[in-house]
Amino acid sequence: MMDFIVSHYNYWIYIVLMMIGFYGMMGKRNLVKKLIGMNIFQTAIILYYVSIGCKKGATVPIIPEEAHGVIHHINPFNYINPLPHVLMLTAIVVGIATTGVALALIILIHRQYGTLEENEILEIRKND
Amino acid sequence: MSLKALSFLAVLITGALLIYGTLDMPPWGDPNAPAALHVSPRYIEKTVEETATPNAVTSVVADYRGYDTMGETTVIFTAGIACIFLLRRDEDDY
Amino acid sequence: MITKYEDVIVKTMTRLLIPFIQIYGLYVIAHGHESPGGGFQGGVILGASFILLAVVYGMDEVKKRLPEKLMIAFVAIGVFIYAGTGALCLLFGGNFLDYSKLPFPVAIAERRALGILSVETGVGITVMAVMVAIMLALSSKSKRTRGEFK
Repeated sequence: MMDFIVSHYNYWIYIVLMMIGFYGMMGKRNLVKKLIGMNIFQTAIILYYVSIGCKKGATVPIIPEEAHGVIHHINPFNYINPLPHVLMLTAIVVGIATTGVALALIILIHRQYGTLEENEILEIRKND
Repeated sequence: MSLKALSFLAVLITGALLIYGTLDMPPWGDPNAPAALHVSPRYIEKTVEETATPNAVTSVVADYRGYDTMGETTVIFTAGIACIFLLRRDEDDY
Repeated sequence: MITKYEDVIVKTMTRLLIPFIQIYGLYVIAHGHESPGGGFQGGVILGASFILLAVVYGMDEVKKRLPEKLMIAFVAIGVFIYAGTGALCLLFGGNFLDYSKLPFPVAIAERRALGILSVETGVGITVMAVMVAIMLALSSKSKRTRGEFK
């Protein structure tokens, strides 16, 4: 039982982080708070992927020069899985880009309605 | 039911389902996890031989999965252009 | 709108730091084969140097160093370098982005390494320009008023 908790608690931490972000996206009415929730959600996904790539006793996937050319010296169990890192590397930069577009849209919404509260925006739209 | 209570309930249900899903996940750092056995050993073994690039992350990002990365670059390009189109006008100040 | 920040210590330190930040960004792009790094990371570092200049010296100073039209051109040039490398491989009889067909006078593995460097440079240019573009767009002040889109 203790073994199971020690080997799985990292997933539960990411799930709790994801729940915080998800609640921020759904339960808050302010658009900037929703965006912050989305970023927390994204961080949880990134941490989850990076932890999938981890191997016990392995190092970063950069092959040292002594192992070059000698294919039998390269043991995949000595290097962590590069694939999740590749996917998250692009996901982080794309996340920054989506945050930028979302902030631009929020600025335009504030310019148009003078508020960022969702219920107030709906009220203004109903009265128009 | 208020919005907050409803969303709190939805978040709790989602979290419970996800924690149920982790029960048969491989342990943290398991070298024999399915994710570590499929295609990544080939990348690690062949990266120096095939691309002369010791850093496996770079060779996967730009060579083995280069088409994917080109799509990501296009996403960033689109986001930058969208920001400029949404907010910039010639008469605006900096 | 970001204006000048009048403080001798902050201004001097910024002037000293920016060249080192930019050299480090170029190093991260060029040395991505051997150490952690690559186009995305180096591009963000280069963009951060321009954002530091904007925060301390104001957006006008950035506009002098990197005119807005040139910056928007850089956004497109990076993607063009990436796709152009792929198309060049197509021209020399390979598949799209198959760097081993590039006409460099070295072994096939080294040709692929040079192809990786080429596309990473493209990614770095795009990411740098997009960082500055988003910063510029979000910090610019508009003369437009409420209710413009009715």
